Formats: sequence, structure tokens, C-alpha cells
Amino acid sequence: MPFIPHTERDRQLMLQAIGVDDISSLFDEIPLALRCGSLAGVPAAMSEYEVGRLMSRRAQEDQVELNFLGAGAYEHHIPAAVWELTTRGEFYSAYTPYQAEASQGTLQVIYEYQTMMASLTGQDVSNASLYDGASALAEAVLMAVRANRASKSKRVLIPQSVHPHYAAVVKAITAGQGIELVAVPYDPGSGRTDIEALRSHAGTDITAVIIPQPNVFGVLEEVDVLADWVTDQNTLGIAIVNPTSLALLRPPGEWGREGVPIVCGEGQPLGVPLSSGGPYFGFLTCREALVRQLPGRLVGRTVDRDGKKGFTLTLQAREQHIRRARATSNICTNQGLMVTAATIYMSLLGPEGLRRVAAECHKKVRALAVAAARIDGVESAFATPHFHEVVLRLPVRASSVIEGLRQQGVLAGLALSSWYPELQDCLLVCATETKTDEDIQTYVEALGQQIEAAGAAE
Amino acid sequence: MSKIPAELKYTTEHEWLRERDDGTVELGITDHAQVSLGDLVFVELPDDDTVINAGDACAVVESVKAASDVYLPLSGTIVNGNQALADSPDLVNTDPYGEGWLFRFRPDTPAELDEFLSNEDYEHFVAGLND
Repeated sequence: MPFIPHTERDRQLMLQAIGVDDISSLFDEIPLALRCGSLAGVPAAMSEYEVGRLMSRRAQEDQVELNFLGAGAYEHHIPAAVWELTTRGEFYSAYTPYQAEASQGTLQVIYEYQTMMASLTGQDVSNASLYDGASALAEAVLMAVRANRASKSKRVLIPQSVHPHYAAVVKAITAGQGIELVAVPYDPGSGRTDIEALRSHAGTDITAVIIPQPNVFGVLEEVDVLADWVTDQNTLGIAIVNPTSLALLRPPGEWGREGVPIVCGEGQPLGVPLSSGGPYFGFLTCREALVRQLPGRLVGRTVDRDGKKGFTLTLQAREQHIRRARATSNICTNQGLMVTAATIYMSLLGPEGLRRVAAECHKKVRALAVAAARIDGVESAFATPHFHEVVLRLPVRASSVIEGLRQQGVLAGLALSSWYPELQDCLLVCATETKTDEDIQTYVEALGQQIEAAGAAE
Repeated sequence: MSKIPAELKYTTEHEWLRERDDGTVELGITDHAQVSLGDLVFVELPDDDTVINAGDACAVVESVKAASDVYLPLSGTIVNGNQALADSPDLVNTDPYGEGWLFRFRPDTPAELDEFLSNEDYEHFVAGLND
């Protein structure tokens, strides 16, 4: 069934009306060198039915019984009410409504979301969300560069313990703007950012410093020390955090003597299913002094002319529909539907419920680490407090056990060697509140068997 | 009818220029501009000592309904911004030619100042916009 309403005759009439011979001449202003020319690599058309079969076959590949993979996306229990409510017709849109008079319900949900995120991160304001965690970090970097006018260098320090995918996205988005990303190594013993390596930059012109908590290894950084160093250097800190962990850990707004003024992260753990990698959403919060550099939609509470409470988009002069090329961002896609789910998730759990989820995650991964360490040759790679992920050092290459575990119905985790060649024998494992004691036992037994098999093969 | 003081120079971007005794030039937006923008809520000022070319945007005036760039009409160096606007951007509305000045700068070629509109020229220009 064709979904394009215009017939060939319609097109000819339109071309005649504007005095153009054919459609391709409408694109004359695009230089030939910039045109892709052919659609080689794009597969042949498929029917709706065929696409349906293809997608369910691919979805099957993600159906693993027991999932211990984290590394940026986390499996949590999502109460049934979350998506039952989110997918109601009144909410079912990914877009932020511009017409306040027609959209009070949605605007109120986003306002509640912003209030919750500001509170969770210890900041004053939150935007209405961004595309995902990685682009939120890139936007946070751009925001810091705009805000820190005293710094001329556009040098941003980024620890190697920041998720490598995030670092790659930040590089892709910021490189064209002359921003220099300077890597800060991690300490191989603790898995934390190497403070001495960071201190070697003291006294230089630094525009911003990124602080991950927990970092990609699941390890808790010495955030007070890092935040105080950032304050001492008169530069801006950017925290990249796991939102679930903030139910237990002190929020970035309270790190060190003065706190960190920009916070971002991936919102997926708050009620969004893994669903093969997306859609997810990013969050970005900040101190009020930086609000005019904050990109994206922002919902505010106000009163109408009768004095009744109402909600509306606010501070829109930052945005592209008003500032055009000079807007704070032109890629600040808002993930309204995911945010609706996150808001309902947080409302259902409340601060106490979220705290219990976080505590249970920590407990489960500790149990897993202790049980795994009983396997001959297995130990935690970093003897450092962690949140709900742990790096296990194996007596064999980490990649050699993953396929075997998968055949036993277990997603074992992530072999870190593809990101960190020096960590050949390291497996990043996650356990959330969804894992039972039996699940952990199953995992550890299967891991033991696979290590034995891999050891024999080597 | 908006106020257009006789002693100032004007641009077609609705900015006014006041030559000061020390050789610097004070810049603000006209009464007509502040009325058009409505209540100002934020003014972003350039940093001191910034060197700016003629025609480049160097400040932003933001009202409840729009944000407008302010352009430096002739090349020069920023001397200082009106810090009072940080807390009271509404000074631009209440006193656009006085306390609502935006910033002072030192033009590279002060003689170029003569090329801008007189109060009468600007009055004609504004009247033409309303036709």
C-alpha cells in the first residue's frame, strides 16, 4: 500500500505551477560532491509482513533468560502501571506540547519530572529531557563551554573511566566546535580516576571537568576530592551519574565543598525497558545561575489571568525556534514518552522505594562478587566500593566464556577488552534487584563451568 | 510616539550611540525597540576587553516574547557592560536612554560615528516602518 498521497499527475501540476521541469532540479543547490549518488547498501523493499517477521526474528536474538549485562543499560522491575498509564491516549506522544492551552496534563507531567530530577541530582533546574545519556553528556560539555566565559581554551578533561561510548559521542558532537577533550587515566589498582594524573593539569586553562559516578567499571569515584579540585581550579564540574544510585549516594549538588553545578545521565533505569537498546532518554540538570545555557525544553509553573495555576514552556529564547542558529542546541530532541514513564515510575516508588531498589541492587552484586570469588582464579579486579556492577578478573580471557554462558541461557556481562585492551581477562557484570539468590547461584555455577572449559581449551 | 533624544546617534538596528567625554561610546536600544520587545527579562552582555568587528552580534536582549541580538555598529573594543542589568533588566524598559544603557566600547575609528542616523533620520526611519 503506498503511503504517499501525490499521484504523478499531482506532481506534474505542482512542477508546472512553480515553473520547474523535474524534481531533481529542486536540489541543484546541493553540490554534486555532497550527494550520495546511489542507494547501494540499502536492501530491497520488503512488505509490511516481511518486515514484521524480520523484526521479531531479531528481537528473538535478545531473548536471554538471565541477564547480567549492564554497561550503561540496566534491567529493573517496572511496575505494570507505568506503561499501562504511559500508553494511554492522553499521554501517547513523544513530543513536548507547544500549545499550553491544549496540553496542561502533559506539561504538568514534565514539570513534575523536572522537579524530581532536580531533587534527585541536588540541582535547581532540570530540562524536559534529551535524546539519551551520551548526547546529554555532550550537551553538558557544550553548556559548560558556553557558561565558562573566563576560560578561553575549550579544554575539557574526561576520565577514561567514563563509558567509552559516551566519550565517542561527546567527541563526535563537540569536535566541530573546537573543543579539546583531554583524557585522564584511571588507576589500575582501584579503577578510579587517577587523582595525581588529574592534578598534573593544575594551573592550566581548563574549561570543564567530567566526573562519572559510578564510573564505567561500576566503581565509586572519590567525588568529594574530584569536586574540590575542580573548585580549586576555578573551573566547571560536570557530573555523569546513574539516577538509581542517587537514591543512596549523595547527589552531585553536594559533592565536596561547593557541589557540582551541571549533572547529566541516562534515564533508562527509571522505568524504561531495555528493548534492544532504545528508545531511552537523557537527563540534564543544573544550578539556576546556568539556566540560560541549559539546552532543550523547559516547563515552568505560572498563573493564568484569573490567577489559576498552570504550566507552560518557559525561557524559550534559548531555543532554536526563537534563536535559530544561536540557540543553546539544535539537537536537543526531547523524549516525552520516556519521561512520562520515568515520572510515573518515580511517583510509584517514591524516594523510599527507589532507595530500596538501589540498596537491593548493591546487595545483589555484592553477593555475586563474593560467590564468584570462590571460583579458583576469580577475583574482583578493583578492590574499591562499587554500586551495582563489578569487574571480575578471570583466569581466562573474558571473551572466551561469554558464548558458552549464552548457550546456557545466561548473558554473562561485557568483556572489557574491546574498550580496554589491558583488561583482557576482565568481565563487567551487573546484578540488579531483578536477580534472585538462585539466579546468582546459577550464574556462578555456569561461570565456573565455562572457565574450566576455556582453561582446558587454552 | 516614542522618544528620540536629539543629542544621540542611531542605527537602523534600533540602537542608540552616545559619545562620551573620555572617547568611549555608550550603546543602548531605543525606546521604539524596548516597546516592540516588551518587558525585558534578561540581558547578556559582552565581556570586558573583547575586540569586536562592526556588524557582529555582541549582546542579547531577551523579553517575555522574543530574544534579539545586539550588533556592534562599528568595530571596537568593549570597555564595560552595565552590570546593573543583571539584577534589573527592566531598566532598559523604564529608562532606555539613561540607566538602561547596555555597554560602553572604544571605537577603532571614532570619526565613523558621524555616519550614523541623526534623531530626525531615525524618526523618519521608524515612521517608514509603520507605513
